[in-house]
Amino acid sequence: MKIVVLVKHVPDAQFDRHLNGEGHTTDRDESILSELDEYALEAALQLAEARGGSKAGNQVIALSMGPAGAVNAVKKSLQMGATEGVHVTDDALAGSDAAATSLALAAAVRHLGGVDLVLTGMASTDGETSLVPAQLAERLGLPQVTFASTLQVDGGRLTARRDADTYSETVEAPLPAVVSVTDQINEPRYPNFKGIIAAKRKSITTLSLSDIGVDPAQVGFAGSWTAITSAEQRPPRTAGTIITDEGDAGIKLVDFLAAQKLL
Amino acid sequence: MANVLVFIDNPGASLKKSSLELLTLARSLGESTVALNGELSDSAAATFAEYGVAGILRPSAQDLDEFLVAPKAAFLAAAAENTGAGIVLLDNSPEGKEIAARLGVRLSAGVITDVVAVDPDGTAHKSVLAGSYTTACKATTAVSVLTLKANNVTPEPAPAATSPATSTVDVPAVAAAARITAREQKVASGRPDLTDARIVVAGGRGMDGDFGPVEELADALGAAVGASRAATDAGWISHDAQVGQTGKTVSPQLYISAGISGAIQQKAGMQTSKVIVAINKDAESPVFEIADFGIIGDVFDVLPQATAEIKKRKG
Ligand SMILES: Cc1cc2nc3c(=O)[nH]c(=O)nc-3n(C[C@H](O)[C@H](O)[C@H](O)COP(=O)(O)OP(=O)(O)OC[C@H]3O[C@@H](n4cnc5c(N)ncnc54)[C@H](O)[C@@H]3O)c2cc1C
Ligand SMILES: Nc1ncnc2c1ncn2[C@@H]1O[C@H](COP(=O)(O)O)[C@@H](O)[C@H]1O
Repeated sequence: MKIVVLVKHVPDAQFDRHLNGEGHTTDRDESILSELDEYALEAALQLAEARGGSKAGNQVIALSMGPAGAVNAVKKSLQMGATEGVHVTDDALAGSDAAATSLALAAAVRHLGGVDLVLTGMASTDGETSLVPAQLAERLGLPQVTFASTLQVDGGRLTARRDADTYSETVEAPLPAVVSVTDQINEPRYPNFKGIIAAKRKSITTLSLSDIGVDPAQVGFAGSWTAITSAEQRPPRTAGTIITDEGDAGIKLVDFLAAQKLL
Repeated sequence: MANVLVFIDNPGASLKKSSLELLTLARSLGESTVALNGELSDSAAATFAEYGVAGILRPSAQDLDEFLVAPKAAFLAAAAENTGAGIVLLDNSPEGKEIAARLGVRLSAGVITDVVAVDPDGTAHKSVLAGSYTTACKATTAVSVLTLKANNVTPEPAPAATSPATSTVDVPAVAAAARITAREQKVASGRPDLTDARIVVAGGRGMDGDFGPVEELADALGAAVGASRAATDAGWISHDAQVGQTGKTVSPQLYISAGISGAIQQKAGMQTSKVIVAINKDAESPVFEIADFGIIGDVFDVLPQATAEIKKRKG
């Protein structure tokens, strides 16, 4: 099987995150592989391993689009077990919205050719739109299964489970397909020492827009279909009254609610 | 004023509150048409009239519900072209967002999700980076596709009712779509819906397997029950109750956090709540940094005492 996993390099949420510059883009210092993409990578590794791994010709390709630093998301994926990495990078990509991102990623997937399955995270932890997987599927003319909490592949078909608020459903699709997975699907592995050493020998291909046949005018600020016109930082919440329970904190809690007219 | 297309999916006997919110917003932006998938009941038709809808479009195909979103997006694209819509409004549910995603590509239209308000010129407002920024954004394309978060618009019928005509739109065939092969309904809890509850009482690992005190306080307050991922992963409560980055985003009037440390992924889903109350036995827990009222104490003492006191006061 040839599986492509989309991995995004995102600002680490453990630190304060900022929007910068005229285009209000996210500041990418202190960035990491988006935690939610680790679940997609783990799902891909499990599918490949169940089929005999790379020795049996299974490929797990970690694909990231982003500035120079985004190669780190690819490297981490290789350490976890991806067989190869692809980094799409070009100055013209800066400021891409979901539409432009999905356009570039679709071109990259076509460029790789013969892909059976594209796995993605349920949402990027910075953009949080969940638009890219469905837009990628639409651009590639493929079925999409989003928010999969289980995934099986058997022959040329996949079966997955999705959970909504009021129901759960089982869905089926022919391959190739685009699947986004939730954090319920598995427990991502940590890179071990062997994986870290092995990653050094794996190849990372860098692709520019011209390599994948994308016109720079279709991506980045110029090619995006949405623009952020203003951004304002919310004042951080501040702590209020903190009390220590002396046997009557439940009552004090109700007094507080009553004073706030919340009862 | 723009032509606004509103997607309403399977309204059943009566429209959901979030659908009424979409119709109310649509009217403020221009002339609204409903693209309806599913049955049109008499009461739904009456509501559309009451909310000033100019027309109702229904798909030529009947089997849209059997597939994941692609045919719904194809229907909406055809409906948008049919009405010359400048704005398409959908629910901000996961399904609403993915229909919007595909629709955007089909119409070459910018898509904005998690919208809380829309100006008359189509500028949308939303918050990003887990609520730390509020932004204004606008589609740069002829059509904009917006998904509206629930509970940000007050439903209001039109000053004058309309009598919308119904017509059918041809749904083009889609190349490939995932098929839904089985669907199980979940049992309803009887409590308010987590995402639009006025009050949420949420429990975490500190509940140590016993959500009883959380549920009892929630019931005394008429609140919904929420949870941290540690509590849902442990199976103490259904995954649907999870609040946070990979669960629900809530912004109730009051959020009571019990035995939850306040990790960044939990805060992402609740820090825009109006008032936050936290009960935790560890004074160093990060949840206290964002609490309006914090109690350093044991949940098994504080919650039952508060529940009893509320019942006493309410008589
Ligand atoms: C990709 C990813 C996504 C995630 N998404 C989410 C999400 O959507 N929502 C979410 O909540 N988490 C999410 N998490 C997990 C998150 O990082 C935390 O691990 C989780 O929120 C911890 O839950 P907790 O606060 O209940 O548990 P803990 O962090 O273990 O905290 C338990 C707290 O209970 C207190 N306590 C214990 N006993 C008592 C007692 N008797 N009385 C009072 N206090 C007591 C302790 O002092 C402690 O502060 C995600 C993690 C990852 C990696
Ligand atoms: N620049 C990118 N490079 C690689 N993958 C991406 C990129 N942007 C989005 N994705 C993938 O699409 C998923 C959803 O992202 P989003 O639509 O931004 O919420 C992410 O979890 C990633 O798997």
